[in-house]
Amino acid sequence: MRNFAQSRLGTLSGFAAGAAVLFGLAPLVLSGFRLGLFAQFICYAIVAVGIGLAWGRGGMLTLGQGVFFGMGAYLMAMHLKMADAEFRSGPGAVPDFMELAGIRELPAYWVPFASPAFTIAAVLLLPTGLAAALGLAVFKRRVKGAYFAILSQALAGAFAILLIGQQTLGGFNGLSYFRYFFGFTLNDPVNQRMLYFITAAVLLAVVALALQLRRSRYGELLVAVRDAEARVRFLGYDAANVKVVAYAVAALFASVAGALFVPVVGIISPASIGIIPSIMFLLGVAIGGRATLLGPVVGALAVAWAQTTLSEQFPSAWTYAQGLLFVLVIALLPGGIASIPKLAGRVRAKNQARTLEATA
Amino acid sequence: MPHRSTPRAGRTARALAAAAAVAVAAATAACGSRAGDEATAAESCLDTSGDTVKVGALNSLSGTMAISETTVRDAIYLAVDQINADGGVLDKQIEIVAEDGASEPTVFAEKSEKLIREDCVAAVFGGWTSASRKAMLPVFEDNDSLLYYPVQYEGLEASENIFYSGATTNQQIVPALDYLAEAGVESMYLVGSDYVFPRTANAVINAYAEAHGIEILGEDYVPLGSTEFSTIVQQVDSAGADAVFNTLNGDSNVAFFREYTNVGLTAEDMPVMSVSIAEEEIGGIGIENIEGQLAAWNYYQTIESDTNAAFVEAFKGEYGDDRVTSDPMEASYNSVHLWAATVEKAGSFEVDDVQEAAGGVSFDGPEGTVVIDGDNNHLSKTARIGIIESDGLLHTIWESDGPIEPDPFLEGYDWAADLSVGE
Repeated sequence: MRNFAQSRLGTLSGFAAGAAVLFGLAPLVLSGFRLGLFAQFICYAIVAVGIGLAWGRGGMLTLGQGVFFGMGAYLMAMHLKMADAEFRSGPGAVPDFMELAGIRELPAYWVPFASPAFTIAAVLLLPTGLAAALGLAVFKRRVKGAYFAILSQALAGAFAILLIGQQTLGGFNGLSYFRYFFGFTLNDPVNQRMLYFITAAVLLAVVALALQLRRSRYGELLVAVRDAEARVRFLGYDAANVKVVAYAVAALFASVAGALFVPVVGIISPASIGIIPSIMFLLGVAIGGRATLLGPVVGALAVAWAQTTLSEQFPSAWTYAQGLLFVLVIALLPGGIASIPKLAGRVRAKNQARTLEATA
Repeated sequence: MPHRSTPRAGRTARALAAAAAVAVAAATAACGSRAGDEATAAESCLDTSGDTVKVGALNSLSGTMAISETTVRDAIYLAVDQINADGGVLDKQIEIVAEDGASEPTVFAEKSEKLIREDCVAAVFGGWTSASRKAMLPVFEDNDSLLYYPVQYEGLEASENIFYSGATTNQQIVPALDYLAEAGVESMYLVGSDYVFPRTANAVINAYAEAHGIEILGEDYVPLGSTEFSTIVQQVDSAGADAVFNTLNGDSNVAFFREYTNVGLTAEDMPVMSVSIAEEEIGGIGIENIEGQLAAWNYYQTIESDTNAAFVEAFKGEYGDDRVTSDPMEASYNSVHLWAATVEKAGSFEVDDVQEAAGGVSFDGPEGTVVIDGDNNHLSKTARIGIIESDGLLHTIWESDGPIEPDPFLEGYDWAADLSVGE
């Protein structure tokens, strides 16, 4: 029974329980607004699964997932703006925010985003490709640890500043005011609920993919690289390639999450993808337990939920409460929320031993 | 730790992926309205059966904008307290639901939706940056609710669901340019933060300058929050313009004016006209760096009138003698009173009734009488140029002949024909 969680039956029943909560319980108990908010949190959880893989299993402290999240989000937002403009004033029309900024002609790089297929392909391939190229450049040179963390964070900062300067991408305001999502009106509650289901299904798929990677030979290699990179190299493996794959998959997850975030939340701006949001992504993973499969998901959902609830309860003091919560979790539960069952088990075992001693 | 063999794990994952695909397909099969269908506005859950009515106060209480936006919140509370003390609105006491916008557009969108759909508020007061307003606009339109936005902004917007109680361009920037042109300014240098307000403001300034024979010698932007100004101030200095038009926001102003004073530039050789520096900011910049410089707003603490004296006294009485009152605070104070007056006129809290009744509603505010323009939901306001004196306050040195009608799309100005787009 100890290995139930690792057995096939255990996995399937775990997913069934997850699906029951996401598809059955949540829509039943949450109001339309709360369900939309939950969909937003799930987007963060999807990013977290990727970070769990790259950081928890691969040891790469990715402080800049906002870059890939932002790319996915902006790519999707560009398509939605194009679709809105086309619906309003025919093909080739200039999106409303550009008209306000005095841009009368559609920039060439916007044109392909009129196509939904191109947009989806771009969301899946562009950030993943960028991460792979970046990973190759960085990991082949054996840049790691704090140096990699600083590099990835600098990237997030630079990306946000770059976007602020792009008037054709909405600058500081970012892109907002989306009306349609692949032909469906976004302000219809039925469609909002559907969007939630799609987001939830993507989360399940992403977790399944991460699980598959963890259980494969590749997953063991990744942990081996994390724990003893030199030894793996001496065994004849290219450690850099192993890391690149995990980094690229994490980027893919972040990009997909960003693409879903845009229709769910209705706005993307440089404020949502810079250094601070990137750290917030990481924080959820740290609090949940980075090395476990579900820890990052639980952590991301818990942090986002706590943030919203605390700020609703104490609008002017919630940041203190949040800070306190982080300090407590890091100090008392270094393994994150996911380590609670293990800790409880250890306490129980100790108690049992004590009772045995007493009765002996 | 025992590990499962790879093929089995692979099969599990494939089964799960297939299940997920089926779930997505099933989910998308039953869908709501498509593009082109009649839009259905959400029903409001506003409940007016009790003795109280809820309104939302949505300001950034954390993050970079907190320092500015908490002052607006204080003014909103003051106005609500006054109205409640006078018997409330339609005999109901106003109850504030406060939320923190956290200086982030996505949070503004989330919290405004929460206020409308969960708290069922009659109206929301707040927002500061244009980014926050742009994030909230679709939420208020989709849920057919009301936002009262209290800060001067770049214009080119008029939503039925937003009441703009700050100045639009023709009530702040255009009068400031008129003032400079009258003072004989023939060349200007533009310095601004890199976001939508400075960029739009400078587009207006460029169009104005071209039509009025003013030469623009340079136009520079720095990222929000940047404090590195040695290069820009050098350029301003060597360009030798007659005046500088400053659309910097926040902390950048501190660094800019310090550098400006350091290189020996003064208000006499090259005056700086600022549009985002109010009483609150002067203390941070330091009076020695900014004395004699100009600002353009609609309200100053030093305005001499009985209503303003009462407002300043009430504010200091509530929050302390060391506090100052500024234009955005006054505009948010006015907006609460305007909402209450509109509700009284309509005899109803319903959004449709309030929108219907809004045109022509007026309030004798600290800046003078303001009137809602029913066509664009902006206010008619008196423009004022102020000079910063050694007491750290702004003093009016010029004001428009009475209130200026709001013209957010600058339709009444020939030189601005290329700026505004048909709306």
